[in-house]
Amino acid sequence: MGEDLDKLKIQVNNLNLWYSSFQALKDVNASFKERLITAIIGPSGCGKTTLLRVFNRMNDLVEGVRVAGTVMVDGINVIAPDTDLMTLRRKIGMVFQRPNPFPLSTYENVVFGPRIHGRAGKNELDDIAEKSLQAVLLWDELKDRLDKPALSLSLEQQQRLCIARLIAVRSDILLLDEPCSALDPQATQAIEELMRGLKNNYTLIVVTHNMQQAARVSDETGFMLLGELIEFGETDQIFTRPRDKRTEDYITGRFG
Amino acid sequence: MRRLKEFVLQKIVLLCGVASILFVALIFLFLVKEGLNVFKAVSPSHFLLGRSWYPISEPAQFGILPLILGSLLVTAGATVISVAIGVACAVYIAEVARPAVRETLKVGIELLAAIPSIVLGFIGMVTLVPWVKKIFHLPTGLTALSGSIMLAFMAMPTIVSIAEDALHAVPRSYKEGAYALGATRWQTIHRVILRAASPGIAAAVMLGIGRVIGETMAVMMITGNAAVIPHGILQPVRTLTATIAGEMGEAAVGSEHYYALFAIGTLLFVISFGINVTADLLLHKRRS
Ligand SMILES: Nc1ncnc2c1ncn2[C@@H]1O[C@H](COP(=O)(O)OP(=O)(O)OP(=O)(O)O)[C@@H](O)[C@H]1O
Ligand SMILES: [Mg+2]
Repeated sequence: MGEDLDKLKIQVNNLNLWYSSFQALKDVNASFKERLITAIIGPSGCGKTTLLRVFNRMNDLVEGVRVAGTVMVDGINVIAPDTDLMTLRRKIGMVFQRPNPFPLSTYENVVFGPRIHGRAGKNELDDIAEKSLQAVLLWDELKDRLDKPALSLSLEQQQRLCIARLIAVRSDILLLDEPCSALDPQATQAIEELMRGLKNNYTLIVVTHNMQQAARVSDETGFMLLGELIEFGETDQIFTRPRDKRTEDYITGRFG
Repeated sequence: MRRLKEFVLQKIVLLCGVASILFVALIFLFLVKEGLNVFKAVSPSHFLLGRSWYPISEPAQFGILPLILGSLLVTAGATVISVAIGVACAVYIAEVARPAVRETLKVGIELLAAIPSIVLGFIGMVTLVPWVKKIFHLPTGLTALSGSIMLAFMAMPTIVSIAEDALHAVPRSYKEGAYALGATRWQTIHRVILRAASPGIAAAVMLGIGRVIGETMAVMMITGNAAVIPHGILQPVRTLTATIAGEMGEAAVGSEHYYALFAIGTLLFVISFGINVTADLLLHKRRS
């Protein structure tokens, strides 16, 4: 696995994005390595969410979006118009700021993805549900209550469940958009731990407002400002020896 | 002076509020009081389950089962048709249509609601009835099916607009969650959005049906008005409402026939009330 660690999973080249006439991403270049956690930090409105949503093409849902540049995921340009979005989104899963389980049972939430992708055997689904919930450390807690509505779970459990949904469709890249901002400190810590554990098998990109969190969990960090990626590098370096004055100002709390 | 005015106004408003409840209560009491008299002539089980309705022959028979079945058949048919079309239409408006199309459709639906029911009935009589006759090779097009289609049109505006509200109220995050898992638009609609909106949609259907179950004239015009137990949707039927409308004029005040019509009225009142209360409960469940 040693040499695998440096394989590039996502390569972003000259990425520009406009919401109608407003340019939200400006010439972004970055590489995301396989099986690492990369954090994206920056003040509110700088385009973190927008960048994340380029990777799984969720921006397509917004009217008037225009994208230029390339985003290579495993060597394939996902910006290309002929990209199969169903397959892409299955490969690149997304966790949202507020946990958003469907108003269905816990079990149905986990097997939602496999079901829509055509896997229907009861045994197979049971198996997927068990493995996925185990991966997010929910199985022992919930194995006797799989038919309870997912919305009755605690927020932390809901967020874990949302991650389990992605594991169930065998995503290999996980995009997490401020996954802990709705959680209390204890739950935040638990999710961070989970993220560290998932790193062995998945490539994680996490957007966060919380610089301590970025410093704690990530291997690499990108700092964005007004649509530009100002600095990108190893987390240690970004937080201890930032090259750009603006990065330094941000991480020392001079604005944000 | 000012305070006096306030006081008087306040009391008037209170009075209006109390009066409206009082009127409903009085109407119900009156219906029940008159209706119960019929049971001097016929037992409740014969009344509800009797298979013949011959109110003016000698001896008169007051079995309303054919009428109940007629109403049920027409309403059930209307429910199936209006739910299928109405929910599909609501989904189209809420989830698929472009904004311009959406606005046009909403106006169209509102216009449909504005057509007086008698006009619909009369258009149905000259267009729908001949079609039904021709398509199914029937001796007459005046059938339960014609009535169902007609009522479905009347229930549709209510169903579409309330169901559309319910679909609109489904949190965006559910939709995004489904898309982000690679679901297609159709999968998202039927596996997530429709399920999340189902209590509201059920309420929409109940309110739509509640609105048309008391519908009378249009139904009377096109269902053939035969008080016999129907064996299918392609036969003429007579509904509870049509019976009252058609016979009240000729029933002598205080006669058994007159009381029987009141008893039918009471039954209708109870059914509508039940449907509306259920719809209300469903809507409240959605809000809380
Ligand atoms: N659908 C949209 N239409 C138009 N402008 C948008 C849209 N979504 C985002 N924007 C704008 O694009 C910019 C970047 O937004 P984005 O949500 O990516 O920021 P962010 O860094 O995630 O902010 P936050 O930390 O508040 O989540 C903002 O100025 C925002 O106003
Ligand atoms: Mg954001």
